[in-house]
Amino acid sequence: MAANQSKEPKGVRLDHISKIYQNPKTGKDFYAVHDVDLEIKPGSFVTLLGPSGCGKTTTLRMIAGFESPDEGEIYLGGEPINALTPNKRDTAMVFQSYALFPHYNVYDNVAYGLKLRKMPRDEIREKVTRILKLVELSDMEQRMTNQLSGGQQQRVALARALVVEPGVLLFDEPLSNLDAKLRVQMRTEIRRIQQALGITAIYVTHDQSEAMAISDNIILMKDGVIAQMGSPTEIYYHPKSEFVADFIGECNFLDCRVTGWDGENATAEVDGHPVQVKTDRPASGDARIVLRPEAIEIADEGQLPCTVELSCFMGSYQNYHVRVGNTLVKIADNCPIGRKTFKVGDHAFISFRSECAHLLGV
Amino acid sequence: MARGQSAALDRKKLMADPIMMTTIVLLITFLTLFILYPLAILLVDSLYGSNGLSLATFSRIFQLSSFRRAIGNTLKIGFVVGLLSTLLGLLFAYVEVYVKMRKAVGGLFKVVSMLPVVSPPFVLSLSMIMLFGRSGLITRFLLGIYDNNIYGYWGIVIVQTLTFFPVCYMMLKGLLKNIDPSMEEASRDMGATRWRVFTTVTFPLLLPGLGNAFLVTFIESIADFANPMIIGGSYDTLATSIYLQITGAMDKEGAAAMAVVLLIITLGMFAVQKYYLEKKTAATLSGKASRARMLIEDKSVTVPLTILCSLAAVFVIMMYVCVPIGALFPTWGYKFTPLTFKWFAQVFTKYRGLQAFRDSFVLSLIASPITALLSMIISYLVVKRKFRAKGFIEAVSILAMAVPGTVLGVGYIRGFANGLFHTGILSGIYGTGLILIIVFVVRSLPTGTRSGISALRQIDKSIEESAYDMGADSLKVFTSVTLPLIKDSFLSGLVTAFVRSITAISAIILLVTPSYLLITVQINEFAEKGAYSIACAFASILILITYGSVLLMNFIIKHFGTSRKVKEVE
Repeated sequence: MAANQSKEPKGVRLDHISKIYQNPKTGKDFYAVHDVDLEIKPGSFVTLLGPSGCGKTTTLRMIAGFESPDEGEIYLGGEPINALTPNKRDTAMVFQSYALFPHYNVYDNVAYGLKLRKMPRDEIREKVTRILKLVELSDMEQRMTNQLSGGQQQRVALARALVVEPGVLLFDEPLSNLDAKLRVQMRTEIRRIQQALGITAIYVTHDQSEAMAISDNIILMKDGVIAQMGSPTEIYYHPKSEFVADFIGECNFLDCRVTGWDGENATAEVDGHPVQVKTDRPASGDARIVLRPEAIEIADEGQLPCTVELSCFMGSYQNYHVRVGNTLVKIADNCPIGRKTFKVGDHAFISFRSECAHLLGV
Repeated sequence: MARGQSAALDRKKLMADPIMMTTIVLLITFLTLFILYPLAILLVDSLYGSNGLSLATFSRIFQLSSFRRAIGNTLKIGFVVGLLSTLLGLLFAYVEVYVKMRKAVGGLFKVVSMLPVVSPPFVLSLSMIMLFGRSGLITRFLLGIYDNNIYGYWGIVIVQTLTFFPVCYMMLKGLLKNIDPSMEEASRDMGATRWRVFTTVTFPLLLPGLGNAFLVTFIESIADFANPMIIGGSYDTLATSIYLQITGAMDKEGAAAMAVVLLIITLGMFAVQKYYLEKKTAATLSGKASRARMLIEDKSVTVPLTILCSLAAVFVIMMYVCVPIGALFPTWGYKFTPLTFKWFAQVFTKYRGLQAFRDSFVLSLIASPITALLSMIISYLVVKRKFRAKGFIEAVSILAMAVPGTVLGVGYIRGFANGLFHTGILSGIYGTGLILIIVFVVRSLPTGTRSGISALRQIDKSIEESAYDMGADSLKVFTSVTLPLIKDSFLSGLVTAFVRSITAISAIILLVTPSYLLITVQINEFAEKGAYSIACAFASILILITYGSVLLMNFIIKHFGTSRKVKEVE
């Protein structure tokens, strides 16, 4: 590769990829990844999100070359790469455990990939210095990796992957070993660097808030299959299934009966009370309304009557559990100061704006 | 569902990596040729004689009453030694882990666990004869018993127990340390006495581990050649019978059939140990101790236990010390003063000692780096890589662990004396130094591989993956990441291989030719002839060499090991 010029980011295409594993207990084969078909645009940040065992890490490892797909073909920058070994692929991975070389100092860790590419020493020094500055570790070059904090180790791992200017940068749950505060800080950092370098990134996580904060697009997986693909807002507000709705943030489901559609809003009845739900398709019959806790208002008057079963001050919001008919509904009443606080046993009403609700099963 | 594509792709990826491919092919060839083939030829030879396929050879050897007796003897000794070693090992382990003791006693324990590692296998037999034999220091001069006969059953049992119990002690110590003290505290808290805690909590948890230790010693005992040879007298075990069948009766087919019998017994034991008990042990004792254990300080417990163990330890150490001292007496059993170096001098002037030490030293020195490197490569492949023949490589290197040296020796005679399958191919290596080096390598490979595997399992797989992902090929990953990270294990593997090689005897004694003088073979010869002083002189120098190399290793690891730098801060 040309060493001096900064490289173009590459796109990735997974063409109907499947991976079969054997269940060690039953000895039966099963699809760890099934018919995953997607395209990742050059320079975009895509997250593979899902519960453990959903196949997200396996997909990432197939892109890196550690696993071979049983069906389908993987393309990197338009080239099929199925038969290439990991060292021949233009990818660099940031591992969950950082995977720093404990016998090298920070500088040598970062320089490792460049030395393998037989780059001249001066150029290596220049590149390593620049990248360490980017991750704000300039004064730590000579430290051994075990003398670094978790966050610093994470930065070294990131620098080591970035410095070889890979066509695609892969992240395997890189923040899961950090504490909550640092996690938020680092994900902002990763996003900043990715944007600054314009690099393609594929990021695996099980943390939905991390996925939303960092990605251009989210690919939500379940049992080896893609459950939904889309931008964070699309997935959050327009989930295609209860699984998606529930996995991305807290969620309430209200059974309803759709009675009409006026071209913009559907009218639905919950326990005999009419409510409006925005939908772009005509709908009718039994359905479920997806409602986010922060989209619900609780007041003395409103759309649906309810009884308060839990009322708990959480700092930034007042947390309510209320009973609407037979359904328990969770409410996050943001910034409650100055408003009426309901107590357990109180009768109240809840209401929501039609565009904040979403219909499933129509 | 078809997994064909991933298999094909994995194969393609492997093919794209010629170094890895070559390594695997060479390894498989080596393991097949020098472990599997010699064992296979034993079976073939003993079943397929001049008159076709028949059990004639087996029925012939089973008609020998001496052989039937040897089987009984071997099993009886193995059982008793296994039992005694496990009990003694348990005592030591329990005292070390549970009882508060003085530093000096701890030091004694350390010496005891270390001694069998650095000493040649038959040292205890020598000192046993010198202390308790007919003209033994203790029997004759302290107790005035003139006709004490220690040759035979009891001699072997005592010597083997003292030789092998440190293995049990180390194994059980590791297991006891893994028992979470809170379990025992819970039992104590509910009102159990210490003894009840031991019988209802500690002991049941340890039971599979005890079974494991028992079988390991059992196998060691029935595979042992040197001790029964020296102290067995006319009491034959399988290992010595096989040797005598070759050197005495010149019956190689018969010896091959006997070797098959011995192999089947050890393999059976080994299978139970490996696939049943080891798993069970891991299942019951997988947890790590959550915090330090409250040691027993009650004097009524600590004093008797400490005294008992110290006495045993001192006795063992005395047995070892007896060897160099024995070499200093003018005539053992008759004349004790003035101390003299004449035996040491004779080693070199009269008995070609220099050549013996040179031959042993050089051959072992060549064999040990090969062994160490080979076992690290095998461990790397087994732990870190995924390929089709991995199961084969792992299985054969484990199998080598269960093969007694004598069996391997006979296998090499049958397999290589007349070339591969008696065709003359490769017969050139028979009788050379090369085949001795190969035997050294094969005999030390399982230990090295085992320690390599456990060292590599400690290293996060993604460290190597990340190097691979960065663009390093297999060779580069191994040399720039794997090897530096297991440098300590590699170094200790190197020394262990050296020590094991230079003290080896069971397979070697069958294969060595007059052009090579090996120390262990010399010692065995002198001991057989009753020339104990000269045997002791040889053995003392040997112990010096092995102990010296262990010290050197510890020094190197302490000052140059990378792992130290890596571990330091954590």
